Amino acid sequence: MGRTVINDQIMVHVTINGESRHALAEPRTLLAYFIRDNLGLTGTHVGCDTTSCGVCTVLLDGVPVKSCTVLAVQADGHDIETVEGLGHNGQLHPLQQAFWDNHGLQCGFCTPGMLMTTTALLRNSVDLTEHEVRRAISGNLCRCTGYVNIVKAVLEAKRRMGEETRKV
Amino acid sequence: MFPNSFEYYAPRSVEEIFGLLEQYGDETKILAGGQSLLPMMKLRLVAPSILIDINGISSWDNVTEQAHLLHIGALVRHRKWEYVLDSRVPLLHQTARHIADPLVRNRGTMGGSLAHADPAADWGAALLALKASVSIQSAHRSREVPLREFFVDTFTTVLEPQELVTGIRIPLHYDSGFVGARYLKLERKVGDFAVVGVAVTLVLDPHGVVLDAGIGLAAVGATPLAAVKAESLLQGHPLTPELIRHVASEAAKESDPVTDRRGSEEYKRAMVNVFVERGLTAVHHDWQRLMDVSA
Repeated sequence: MGRTVINDQIMVHVTINGESRHALAEPRTLLAYFIRDNLGLTGTHVGCDTTSCGVCTVLLDGVPVKSCTVLAVQADGHDIETVEGLGHNGQLHPLQQAFWDNHGLQCGFCTPGMLMTTTALLRNSVDLTEHEVRRAISGNLCRCTGYVNIVKAVLEAKRRMGEETRKV
Repeated sequence: MFPNSFEYYAPRSVEEIFGLLEQYGDETKILAGGQSLLPMMKLRLVAPSILIDINGISSWDNVTEQAHLLHIGALVRHRKWEYVLDSRVPLLHQTARHIADPLVRNRGTMGGSLAHADPAADWGAALLALKASVSIQSAHRSREVPLREFFVDTFTTVLEPQELVTGIRIPLHYDSGFVGARYLKLERKVGDFAVVGVAVTLVLDPHGVVLDAGIGLAAVGATPLAAVKAESLLQGHPLTPELIRHVASEAAKESDPVTDRRGSEEYKRAMVNVFVERGLTAVHHDWQRLMDVSA
């Protein structure tokens, strides 16, 4: 199958935030740890580690998944987006800016996961209601109970991004 | 929290999978969506020495239709049904929205859920109500097992070590007018497993007579259960509030819950009663609305 295996480790090739990267990983290595430890991108957090909290959410081929519940080897040959890929040239992504403006966080630990889940939501929806935002983030826990401002931020980001599209 | 070490295989062909199963059988686990398997491996509740990742088999990711049967490939993810409402099987859409949370639904599969055989899983109850069958294959044979004969015990199915689930078949009611369904779930928090889950689906003729009825129950037995007696009470009768109440109490009797941290046996049984009544009543209202509109 053309896999490189060295000392029981498998070479995993991914495109992460548009960049091609590879590293060796044991089959049991979870994607969240591969991203943090092997690729050095520590924006993706690990929270509950039991598929509950969603702070480790990344986009796998554009689809938000809990990266503590995917094996790194499963991501071989696939496309990953993490929170590091949102901003460009020191500029915040409109969604990040909206989180900033609306204080869509308290401690900030859940923020990367919230941003990745809602990034996919914004891409895939034409209009967005508060209910839809709340449903979409129902797999992302914020233990500071700060959902109100997060929802506000996502709705505002949608509005702003819509305006930008109309200008173009 | 890492799983124990294992050998990982990602076969590109069905033959390769069956070869591996033939060779390693008992030692293997099949990785489909992984949303139950990987957490269990991380908690070291299971520690397979061989993991066979079947996600490379793209032909199992399809929904096809033939001869009044909907065939759902083993790798079709839960989220598919969250966005698709097939009016001939509305229960799929009704149920999908209640499974875990959106992130888990993006990854988890129907085939994986059935093979895992958690008594609290939502698909188990829904697909029992839909009288689905499971397509099972090994290197030597393929067989079709009615879901009502598939679950043996908690986390145990009729699957042999060399076999795997390749898909699910659901009968379609082509000739009938109205199909209504509800999935009702009591959960302690969003995304949790059911404390009690009830799936109801009905086919009604223009006079409101029940042509076909399915009632599946989650988390109130060692396996997902079909309320067979309750279903038979509906068959061939016009749906009335009295009948619905009778059927609901029958379904509660057929349930077999145990007292645990999530609730007492009595409480869960009472919830089955409430949910079956609520579900059937809602379907009845759907039908009445439809008749008003078309009248």
